[in-house]
Amino acid sequence: MATITTLDTRLHTLPPATGRAGLRGALASEFTKLRSVRSTYWALGALLIVSVGVGALVMGGESGSLIHNPGNRAGFDGTQVSLIPFFEIGQLIIGVLGALTITSEYSTGMIRTSLTAMPRRGVVYAAKAIVFTCVTLVFALITSFVAFFVGQAMVASTGEGASLFGNVKIPANAIFTGPGGPGSPPKVTLQGIDVITASTVLRAVVGTALFVTLVALIAFGLGAIIRHTAGAIATVIGLMFIIPVVIQALPNNWRQDIMRFFPDAAGRVISVTVPGGGSQHLWSSWPQMLVTACYAVVLLAIGAYMFRKRDA
Amino acid sequence: MIEVRGLTKRYGAKTAVDDLTFSIEPGKVTGFLGPNGAGKTTTMRCILGLDYPDEGTVAVDGKSYPDLAYPMREVGALLDAKAVHGGRSARNHLLCLAQTNSLPKRRVAEVLELVGLTEVAGKRSKGFSLGMSQRLGIAGTLLGDPKVLMFDEPVNGLDPEGILWIRNLMRALAAEGRTVFVSSHLMAEMEHTADHLIVIGRGKLIADCTMSEFIAGSSGASVRVRTPSAEEFVRAVTAQGGTVLTDEDGSIEVRGMTTEQLGDLAFSEGIRLHELTTVRASLEEAFMELTASSVEYRADMPGAQQPSATIGSGV
Repeated sequence: MATITTLDTRLHTLPPATGRAGLRGALASEFTKLRSVRSTYWALGALLIVSVGVGALVMGGESGSLIHNPGNRAGFDGTQVSLIPFFEIGQLIIGVLGALTITSEYSTGMIRTSLTAMPRRGVVYAAKAIVFTCVTLVFALITSFVAFFVGQAMVASTGEGASLFGNVKIPANAIFTGPGGPGSPPKVTLQGIDVITASTVLRAVVGTALFVTLVALIAFGLGAIIRHTAGAIATVIGLMFIIPVVIQALPNNWRQDIMRFFPDAAGRVISVTVPGGGSQHLWSSWPQMLVTACYAVVLLAIGAYMFRKRDA
Repeated sequence: MIEVRGLTKRYGAKTAVDDLTFSIEPGKVTGFLGPNGAGKTTTMRCILGLDYPDEGTVAVDGKSYPDLAYPMREVGALLDAKAVHGGRSARNHLLCLAQTNSLPKRRVAEVLELVGLTEVAGKRSKGFSLGMSQRLGIAGTLLGDPKVLMFDEPVNGLDPEGILWIRNLMRALAAEGRTVFVSSHLMAEMEHTADHLIVIGRGKLIADCTMSEFIAGSSGASVRVRTPSAEEFVRAVTAQGGTVLTDEDGSIEVRGMTTEQLGDLAFSEGIRLHELTTVRASLEEAFMELTASSVEYRADMPGAQQPSATIGSGV
């Protein structure tokens, strides 16, 4: 019983409180949470490395193909090709982070501590979503621009690289004029000119980052609904990767009618810069993005409802 | 002051808490006792708004917990020391909690110092022992300098040093005038710390009384007597209306008579006594008696005691 004297629970007096704990504190708290675990750095680092690295490899391959087979220059969309790894693989990586942001609270039990500190659940959920969206958007934009610039640098020698600073002209069509000799490509004549404006390229680079951010929010919403990391990630993969493959297996007329209603389509549309480069069965870039945004908003809203209504 | 009124919580078909009503008075250590599965944790989760009651209300200073302006300044609660993200350092864990209630950042260092975790503040908490996790959890409860502290089974799994530390801490906190509400299934734990007891079994209130009432309300004290003339003595006691049990070691346990009565009786009968001791029913025994019917999972014990009535002030 002697130790009781060594235990001094008197702390400095806190400054008097005014008002009420609200969104501002919750935002600071959620930012601390996000920046203080390694999974955030792993996910964001992987996003950057995979998107830029694979993008560079793909563009390096394209560079050789453009030089050896000039016919490929027609309609070559340097912007989209450089961004494909970002929106196809990167969306999955950021989706994992989106799901983890909320499911890790449940898997570790932290949610009980979090909601005891701040029992107004709507505020906690909003703060989490806002902080995650901002961080993801910033990193998606950085990744998108870096992947774009590195990708264009890889094809610089061909003169077919896209640019954010001026309009670029590319051949519109390649006309086959005869077989090539042994070891050389078929002879082609390039016809017509497509102009890719800098603003179109900017729309594609920024838009693709927005698309990836929306996918991350879809994953966040699913995380709040499902609460289990593996389950949420599996559902994201199902929605973004498996369903599109299943749709591909459907008869053409069905597939063409329904593919625009799925959230993955926007990535393939928003990244297009060459005129006529999109699919006639999909909407144009922003309307198609709206489809993905609707998925994100609906899933976030269902997640918010469940976050508030269920026992923690 | 925490007031629980008619609290009922069901999980599917199972009723975890059944029409529970009690209040926790300020400035005392209130022990919350019950066998495993009695509904202690569920009750605490309902108080904190983690679970939504099916019926009834819970109020902290007249408000529901989620309506408190700065919850951490009113209530510091630790339900599960392992309910932290193990990948986060102790310091960042406390920081993210402090920020929600706009508590100053220096507070984090202060509470870390208080629980003795300053040296490992930068370490990820997944490497912490249970004792260290418990300290981290308690540091979190003290961030807001709350009037009410709530601990769920705080000594579970701790080593003797950790148990002593928690016990002393609870007493020190109560000595400062804070309300301490602590649950346990170990009666011995309460014996030294609690002023007031709330006992539940199978989700229902069994007792709500002071510690001394609780012990007195059980089958009560008995007196142990050792004497070389056991037979004579038993005869005399029985004649006076006392109940006698003879123990294996030859000592005699008498109920229904005081040491004074027994001493006088022995004197007048000319019987030599070697021992005359009051034996208090321990809290453990009192508890076992009270909750005998409400233990959720129990092996069949022939001759298990039947339940006694609710004792104490009740509601």
